[in-house]
Amino acid sequence: MCRAQIRQASSAAICPGVAALDSWAWFRTFREAMAGEKKTMEKAPAKKKPAEKKPGEQKASQKGAGEKKKGKKYHCSRNPTLARGIGRYSRSAMYVRKALYKRKYTAPETKIEKKKKEKPRATITKPVGGDKNGGSRVVKIRKMPRYYPTEDVPRKLLSHGKKPFCQHKRRLRASITPGTVLILLTGRHRGKRVVFLKQLATGLLLVTGPLVINRVPLRRAHQKFVIATSTKVDISGVKIPKHLTDAYFKKKRLRKPKHQEGEIFDTEKEKYELTEQRKADQKTVDSQVLAQIKKVPQLRGYLRSTFSLSNGVYPHKLVF
Amino acid sequence: VFKRFVEIGRVAFISFGPHAGKLVAIVDVIDQNRALVDGPCSGVRRQAMPFKCMQLTDFVLKFPHSARQKCVRRAWEKENINEKWAATRWAKKIEAREKKAKMTDFDRYKVMKAKKMRNRIIKHEMKKLQKMASKKGKKPEKSEKATKLEKAPKSEKAQKSEKAPKSEKAQKAQK
Repeated sequence: MCRAQIRQASSAAICPGVAALDSWAWFRTFREAMAGEKKTMEKAPAKKKPAEKKPGEQKASQKGAGEKKKGKKYHCSRNPTLARGIGRYSRSAMYVRKALYKRKYTAPETKIEKKKKEKPRATITKPVGGDKNGGSRVVKIRKMPRYYPTEDVPRKLLSHGKKPFCQHKRRLRASITPGTVLILLTGRHRGKRVVFLKQLATGLLLVTGPLVINRVPLRRAHQKFVIATSTKVDISGVKIPKHLTDAYFKKKRLRKPKHQEGEIFDTEKEKYELTEQRKADQKTVDSQVLAQIKKVPQLRGYLRSTFSLSNGVYPHKLVF
Repeated sequence: VFKRFVEIGRVAFISFGPHAGKLVAIVDVIDQNRALVDGPCSGVRRQAMPFKCMQLTDFVLKFPHSARQKCVRRAWEKENINEKWAATRWAKKIEAREKKAKMTDFDRYKVMKAKKMRNRIIKHEMKKLQKMASKKGKKPEKSEKATKLEKAPKSEKAQKSEKAPKSEKAQKAQK
């Protein structure tokens, strides 16, 4: 049933005098009736409303009970439902009923008087070298893409649990605790016995000789390439400086390939240079650790010695 | 030729199996291969055990065959088998072997240092003797110096010793 038919049926109830009229004529007469007989009219639709309010209430109205603004009371839906999806009044009728001709809102003009809205800079002037070049150019900041692919890249499927390295979970063997004597197995210090200080953020172990005992400085070691012995030094009172992190120990790579050919390998820093900061840090840590080592008899000599296998010595049978 | 026999009351050492390392007394012989065995003071229930896993010791207890556990226990405690056993060289060797297997890396280092020091002392004394012998060439003096030599390293050993690794080393030396 279309709205016109419904309306005709209902208009007969409201304005008995007005029989089948087309929508515009009906609207005009209705408006006059509204203007003239406001009060009576209000009553009649008011009467009608409670009857039709129920279906209207049940249906979620645009404005009305749903509004949650504090203080302001909002009118219920001025457009009662005749059937689902069909309102009593047309768009234009609703315009009148809601008195939108009276409501004209503009955003408050704060500071618009003088200041225009800040638009991001589109171009920038850059100086240009060489004579007879005009000195400067106006260059766009955000340029159009220089390539549009002919095919769209298909959407990748969602993957799960693939974390970047920095978010990986770091584990530490239970046998390795601060103060444990470790045996390094790889690197230039292989076979040396060394004191474990702490585990760094990337999971590598911070380790020190101490330097005066076996020439192993503050250094990083990998957990997997280390044997943990059961000998422990009491390191609980030793304070390790906070700036000893992975970034401190990371190898520095010089990257400025200005030359195309030749001399590429020479400019890279091959030689490791000992900085004063390293020396100072070594001293602060080692002095504390050495004090603890001296308390255990023969430990100093133990750390000075190196580990090796010989005939009849099997690592799987040894207790470390 | 054979000194230890399977008899009622013979104390045996179990070499392998679930009760490896414990002492039991033979209560009765079941057949050619098995014996009824009981170890009240060593935590072995009365049971049949094959002879193969038993190694006979020098100790024999006195109780009649098929005597109940109470009697076996009484005889065991009367003879003080547990203490006698701990005093034998056999038991000491076993203990030394266990200690050696449990040595940590640090212990091994300490033993190495102790051995080295001991050998150095011995060598030093030997050299002294040899020098003296080559100089004088008299037999009685040599024998005197030999006895002195044995005492000297042992005293040095006592000075240098630490508990476990040193005893292990002593065991090794005695072996």
